[in-house]
Amino acid sequence: MDGYLGSYATLGILLLVAGAFFAVAYTANRLLRTNAPSAAKSTTYECGLDPAGGDWAQAQIRYYVYAFLYALFAVESVFLFPWATVFDALGMITVAEMGVFVAVLALGLLYAWRKGVLSWTTA
Amino acid sequence: MTVTDVLVCALGAVSLGAAIRVVTTNQIVRAGLWLVVALGALAGVYLVLTAELLAWVQVLIYVGAVVVLMLFAVMLTRAPIGRSDDLDRPRLPAILVGGGAGLGLAAVLADAYRWSYIGLSGVEPGNAEALGREVFTGWALPFEVLSVLLLAALVGAIAISRPEVGERREES
Amino acid sequence: MTPEYYLVLAAVLFTIGAVGVLIRRNAIVVFMCVELMLNAANLTLVTFARINGSLDGQIMAFFVMVVAAAEVVVGLAIIMSIFRSRRSASVDDANLLKY
Repeated sequence: MDGYLGSYATLGILLLVAGAFFAVAYTANRLLRTNAPSAAKSTTYECGLDPAGGDWAQAQIRYYVYAFLYALFAVESVFLFPWATVFDALGMITVAEMGVFVAVLALGLLYAWRKGVLSWTTA
Repeated sequence: MTVTDVLVCALGAVSLGAAIRVVTTNQIVRAGLWLVVALGALAGVYLVLTAELLAWVQVLIYVGAVVVLMLFAVMLTRAPIGRSDDLDRPRLPAILVGGGAGLGLAAVLADAYRWSYIGLSGVEPGNAEALGREVFTGWALPFEVLSVLLLAALVGAIAISRPEVGERREES
Repeated sequence: MTPEYYLVLAAVLFTIGAVGVLIRRNAIVVFMCVELMLNAANLTLVTFARINGSLDGQIMAFFVMVVAAAEVVVGLAIIMSIFRSRRSASVDDANLLKY
């Protein structure tokens, strides 16, 4: 297990073993358990009351703001990984480059905060 | 066929099957989940191509963020969770146009190398350190422009998705 | 390596995405198909980077991913804004520019 593909073969074998463990555990469960389905068991539990109406409601637009803020800052953090491995060797100029990058994105966070989209209640 | 060719054929088959399900499934949420499978298999192909950092970035950005955003959008637009029958337009013209484009593309790309074996020129794997050295030296300006693009996307998305935010400011 | 496997895979993936964009009505599914096409283009970039022994193609693919994330954020915001005024996420209903 050496070389580029070999090191990933180790990871692949680990994934296969994990998948096999999962399959074996669930198959054993299926073979060993008793099975007595009934209509009452498969209803959605809602604090003891019978569920009424559909189970699919429209979410609020506020959730989307948090979701896309997460996505944009995940993109930013992706650049931090390669940066963290090289800024020591390449010197201060790289630190300055990343500083500008993070500062520009921090401006966006500042904008979101000033516009009040970060607070849950729009008071 | 070498080991890498076998690997890429297997991963490619998974990716293509999942992509076909994205296009044909009647349930929108399942289309999003099949997209995860297709993009994850492509991340595996990137790994075979020794683009390590890119593979993990694919998992992080696409599977972790973009698909989550799409599922959020499905919830926010009150998309039907079960089957919906009116998802498709007329198929024939689309298949003609798309199939023609795809056949042309495949022919051009296949003609470029004619199934020949190419000796590799011993490039180092695209790990975080190698890509970091390139991005922060030769690609520094595009990198900084990207930050402005992301800022513009952030401000634009806030302005579009929360119009009441701007209005409230003007009134007060 | 034999680059054809990767290139033909990319071409077929692009075709599936293109057909999907043309036949699907829901705007979010159309977006997913656009992502498939972008990924097919990324795959060719990475393949050519591997053939030529240079990292430039990988960095371009990296940047394409970042731009795609920004595009999805703004695009979904637009879809939701259309949904708010039209109560529909179908691309056939967003025909305001036609008239």
